[in-house]
Amino acid sequence: MQVEVSGSAVISLLVDNESGALARIVELFSGRGYNIQSLTVAPVDEHGQTSRVNIVTTGTQSSIRQVKTQLERLVPVSRVVNLTAEGPYVAREMALVKVVSSGEPRTEALRIAQAFRARAVDTTASSFVFELTGSTDKLDSFIELMRPLGLVEVSRTGVASICRGPQTIQNF
Amino acid sequence: MTRTTGSTTLDAQTTATLPGAEVLMRALVEQGVEVIFGYPGGAVLPIYDALFKQTHIRHVLVRHEQAAVHAAEAYARSTGKVGVVLVTSGPGATNAVTGLLDAMMDSIPLVCLSGQVPTPLIGNDAFQEADTTGITRPVTKYNYLVRKPEDLAPAVHEAFAIARSGRPGPVLIDLPKNITVGDAPYTDAQSVTPRTTRMGATPDRAAVARAVAAMKAGKRPLFYTGGGVINSGPQASENLRKLVELTGFPITSTLMGLGAFPGTDSRFLGMLGMHGTYEANLATHDCDVLIALGSRFDDRVTGRLDAFSPNSFKIHVDIDPSQINKIVHVNEGIVGDVGQIIAMMIEEWEKQPAYAHKADLEAWWAQIEAWRALDCLRFTQDNAADAVIKPQQAIQRIYELARQTGRDTYVSTEVGQHQMWAAQFFRFDQPNRWLTSGGLGTMGYGLPAAVGAQIAHPDALVLDVAGEASTLMNIQELGTIAQYRLPVKIFIINNHYMGMVRQWQELLHGSRYSESYSDALPDFVKLAESFHATGLRVTRLDQLDATIRQALEHDGPVVVDICVAEGENCFPMIPSGAAHNQMILGPEQEESGATISKEGQMLV
Ligand SMILES: Cc1ncc(C[n+]2csc(CCOP(=O)(O)OP(=O)(O)O)c2C)c(N)n1
Ligand SMILES: [Mg+2]
Repeated sequence: MQVEVSGSAVISLLVDNESGALARIVELFSGRGYNIQSLTVAPVDEHGQTSRVNIVTTGTQSSIRQVKTQLERLVPVSRVVNLTAEGPYVAREMALVKVVSSGEPRTEALRIAQAFRARAVDTTASSFVFELTGSTDKLDSFIELMRPLGLVEVSRTGVASICRGPQTIQNF
Repeated sequence: MTRTTGSTTLDAQTTATLPGAEVLMRALVEQGVEVIFGYPGGAVLPIYDALFKQTHIRHVLVRHEQAAVHAAEAYARSTGKVGVVLVTSGPGATNAVTGLLDAMMDSIPLVCLSGQVPTPLIGNDAFQEADTTGITRPVTKYNYLVRKPEDLAPAVHEAFAIARSGRPGPVLIDLPKNITVGDAPYTDAQSVTPRTTRMGATPDRAAVARAVAAMKAGKRPLFYTGGGVINSGPQASENLRKLVELTGFPITSTLMGLGAFPGTDSRFLGMLGMHGTYEANLATHDCDVLIALGSRFDDRVTGRLDAFSPNSFKIHVDIDPSQINKIVHVNEGIVGDVGQIIAMMIEEWEKQPAYAHKADLEAWWAQIEAWRALDCLRFTQDNAADAVIKPQQAIQRIYELARQTGRDTYVSTEVGQHQMWAAQFFRFDQPNRWLTSGGLGTMGYGLPAAVGAQIAHPDALVLDVAGEASTLMNIQELGTIAQYRLPVKIFIINNHYMGMVRQWQELLHGSRYSESYSDALPDFVKLAESFHATGLRVTRLDQLDATIRQALEHDGPVVVDICVAEGENCFPMIPSGAAHNQMILGPEQEESGATISKEGQMLV
């Protein structure tokens, strides 16, 4: 048997916007022992009848293939695409990062925020709330840099993703 | 999909507004429902009232909601129709949960209607409120909480479509009382587009051609068929017979697939897996092409995974894409209806160049016959008149004497050794006759399943091969049997032990029989009589046949307490964690067996 390496994958779903649909998806992951690193969900069509769910999961290629086929069995799920497997895609998330500090660390925090193009969306004499959008890696490194500079709280949205080019989730 | 309107008085076209409970009845009739297994309660009283006022649908009153589900499962499995269950809110719904999971695991199409407190009370811990859709989400294929009157009829129509489409399964519809009392519009089935339509796949012809090419290249081929063939319908079993005939390949089956291919045919090697036959398991291990049709590589079938059929080219046909490559990596996976794909295989087989390995196939058959000669199911019964009856003897004679009646026979079982012996000794010539809890292994399945089968087939012979422990789990169904005068024959293979538990304790836990003795058993004869049935008991070999005959000939319900040897084990057995070629055989078949590894002890 070949040893399979574990990696992460971004899976995007279109789901009927009905009660219990998200629970079905989440319970499928927990019930079958798959892992959810992040999850986002919001209605995306003009009538609010269809929601898009983006899930970042980790696992071997074959376990991610299993996740996909299992998700496809769910009645309210109309589309499942493993963006990581299907080619180039864009994945972005947003973080709100609160830093409480003064003096040199405060100045340093502001300087780094500028370098990352993070916006200060709330400012007091002793604190900043930075808003930063980007790839998960970029957010991770920003947060790491803020840690010694008075980081007290983080709120992240999880990943929203879409494939590059004219192709859409509908025509995979 | 066939739509029987079953009614001339109900015009399906109108969209008049009716009380919700009547809309429900009408939708059920439009779906061809003839029987509901249920139990009333406050939240479903409006539905019971609507049932009372109509004549199209018959209601069978069970004595426990779990039994309603098992009865509906047997009804479904023995007819190919969707089974229907009706239970009240709260405890009614929670009692149904085991049955729903049983149906889920064995891919049985069901629709379960449950009552719910009125929508304004939901979430308030109202009397007999349960989060039924939350509780049943993992045990159903899909479920609904109907919150708006206009969703009622479409939900019912879609529920039936979901239950029977693709890999069948149970669907639950939770019905708040204000929805069934209040008015709702009727929508007919034709105006509803079920979401199942976005799933169905047409089988890949090229993949079938590749699979058949691999079959043609096989020198030691084997068909391994499962419950999917039965779910696909009688045509699939017909096609399977043709394909086996055409190829001349040997065939084995899972527990759930028994009957899809005639058990009495010489090409049939018996069941494979943990308690499968020697020849079926060794053939699975040694074959060079394994053709899995509607089977799912369950752990009871595969044994130790890295030693499962190690040198074969594997073909897997399944209607559920998530089954392919789930457990065993296969070389050719084909998604679609197995009956249809078998038909395509037949066409391909005839189209492609003739099979060129006839001599190898003959040698393979010679090998199989040599394995078969071991006679792995043989047991020794002391022939003295007063000898203790062996459980195997009892089950074999039930089978043989039932067969002699020439009647169409349906067999349900409970769970345990008796179930495995029944699977080994009964040879089914037709699909849909074998009713057993495979995936979940639910003790208490057999008695209500016999109820469901007899309701579906009033003139057939319905047998329940039971264990004394299991049968007590739903013994109250003797009441249902009495009420509807169902002439089912219940054979309790009474070994005074939870035999399968005792067997594992003997083999894995140093014969420490912790809590597996069936103490304080009821007098089954008197118990039967108190439920208006006939009770018989047999304790000696010389009365066995006569007692079985007496039961079979009696035209009412019979409970036979067959007191058998206590210490028998069910063989062959592949210990958990062992490979197919490491079977433990019975004392009659002196061959060395595998010892159970520590790892195997952790498996169940
Ligand atoms: C509801 C349920 N509880 C427990 C078990 C575990 N179990 C499997 S077989 C068995 C013993 C069954 O005993 P009996 O019905 O007498 O059958 P026998 O094995 O003796 O033939 C038990 C307890 C089960 N399968 N189902
Ligand atoms: Mg027993």
